Amino acid sequence: MSTVTNRTTKTKGKSSPAMSPSAGPAIEAADISFSYGERAALKGVQFDVQPGEIFAILGPNGGGKSTLFRLLSTLIPLQTGILRIFGHVVPHEQLLARCCMGVVFQSPSLDRKLTVMENMRGQAALFGITGGKALQRCQELLEQFGLMDRASELAETLSGGQRRRVEIAKGMIHSPQLLLMDEPSTGLDPGVRRELAQTLEQLRRDNGVTIVMTTHLLEEAERADTLAILDQGRLVALDTPEALQKSVGGDVISIVCQDAQRMCVEIEREYQLSVAIVDGGLRMETSDGGELVGRMMRRFGDQVSSITVGRPTLEDVFVAKTGRRLD
Amino acid sequence: MTRQPTPSPWPATRMLCWREIIRFLRQRNRLIGALAQPIIFWLLFGTGLQKSFRLADQQGTPSFLEYYFPGTLMLILLFTAIFATISIIEDRKEGFLQGVLIAPVPRWSMVLGKVLGGALIATAQGVVFLLLGWLVGASSNVTALLVTVPLLFLTAVAMTSLGFVIAWRMDSTQGFHAIMNLALMPMWLLSGAFFPIPTLSGETAISQIGLHWVMRLNPLTYAVAGVRQHLFEVPLPESFWAPSLTLCWTVTACFAVGMFWGAWRISSRRIGGDLV
Repeated sequence: MSTVTNRTTKTKGKSSPAMSPSAGPAIEAADISFSYGERAALKGVQFDVQPGEIFAILGPNGGGKSTLFRLLSTLIPLQTGILRIFGHVVPHEQLLARCCMGVVFQSPSLDRKLTVMENMRGQAALFGITGGKALQRCQELLEQFGLMDRASELAETLSGGQRRRVEIAKGMIHSPQLLLMDEPSTGLDPGVRRELAQTLEQLRRDNGVTIVMTTHLLEEAERADTLAILDQGRLVALDTPEALQKSVGGDVISIVCQDAQRMCVEIEREYQLSVAIVDGGLRMETSDGGELVGRMMRRFGDQVSSITVGRPTLEDVFVAKTGRRLD
Repeated sequence: MTRQPTPSPWPATRMLCWREIIRFLRQRNRLIGALAQPIIFWLLFGTGLQKSFRLADQQGTPSFLEYYFPGTLMLILLFTAIFATISIIEDRKEGFLQGVLIAPVPRWSMVLGKVLGGALIATAQGVVFLLLGWLVGASSNVTALLVTVPLLFLTAVAMTSLGFVIAWRMDSTQGFHAIMNLALMPMWLLSGAFFPIPTLSGETAISQIGLHWVMRLNPLTYAVAGVRQHLFEVPLPESFWAPSLTLCWTVTACFAVGMFWGAWRISSRRIGGDLV
């Protein structure tokens, strides 16, 4: 297994604060399955996260993302499989693993009756940071996240975007090497989302933080270095977003028409293509979309209400891997 | 490979304890609810039942206002402790708890912080009431007051831990109120807080025997009796059962340690509610 050879390389490690003590992967997850009673939520999921990368877990709601997040954050116990966070084996070295990561939950974890600063100092205390050191660290982070002027206000008075920023600042209190985030963009408007993306990019660049996030947003997934697609508890794809898009094929043609079933059969016979019916429309991959669309229009023009050709998006990747649309 | 040590659990305990106190002080209605209601009960019952309550046909036995004083003190502890731990349900709902659950500290430090915070608030309220009683002459001896405070604290730890055990698995505060009415109020009523414990003799009716044993097995009985013996030097008449002071302290201490242990054990188990 490649991870084993990686882990024996000890030449890295001291140069940057981002480097883990073991200089191996930030997260090693092997053969992880989890079920709630009868219902299997994860089935044999396996992946590595490299230090310093942005790793996104994309999938529909109910696909197993949240369960995977809870396992990684050590909120729920591992049932089967192996999980190492910077070399610390979960659950035996769980406390050490927790020291290495900051966790940002989807539902807010702020105490609304405490001020922003009190929330921050509380989080510092949970990680054993107290006194002047805690104060300094909290000020540093509030400064970095542009929240210094709200420090003495109650958390309940903050806007959604500000709250999310405090959540992230909280997660960074102990300068973790890994930031784990569950659907970080949920409930944020597009402007704030862009801001958040910049913040994360900055954390990765300046602090060398590894970022792992779950998402159901394609734009968020596109910005990741590595993308894992989770569907019905299985990992159906794991690669860079570009490689995944390339794997789909040259162009994607989508056709909206009256009788999709009949058209599907006819196109498959005529052009020897594999055609999928997705949400009542037709979808196919081909190397030269422009030329084929012209031929199709001449042949089926009267039956087609719209026909589009485009480069494959992550949506197309998802459809290609699962046969369904993302939402 | 250098391994960083895990952080000390004490700052987490201190923070959670401090948070309980801060939150309490910021919610005035809790303060009023936990202190004013028992005082009103005390004044109403105390003066209302003054004439009909007689421990014995002898002079020097406590009046009902005096008899009921330690009971009211316990009711204050009970209310405050319960309101303090009910917040664990809100913590879970609002998401604060999940952040604590994944902190790199052992579970007991979380439980200790929560319980200590609740117990300190409860004890402080108890002390306020003690001073009030001292002002109106319900008790006079300052040393007795000082000795009573640690006993109050132990009782508060026991009650807060008990509240924690009940609240940990609950997902709504409504359920907690049901338990409060079905279990905690009867526990208080049967602690000698409201009426004394009958002694057993040859001609005791079966219902009285039952009552005697239920009250005797109730750990809260010993806290009430202990406080009563510290505050009022006049003992209860022979016809009522009372434990020795040593037994009162021992049982209360064991009650506190036992309940805290229970709270710690139950919090180490994961439940579906951890997932917000």
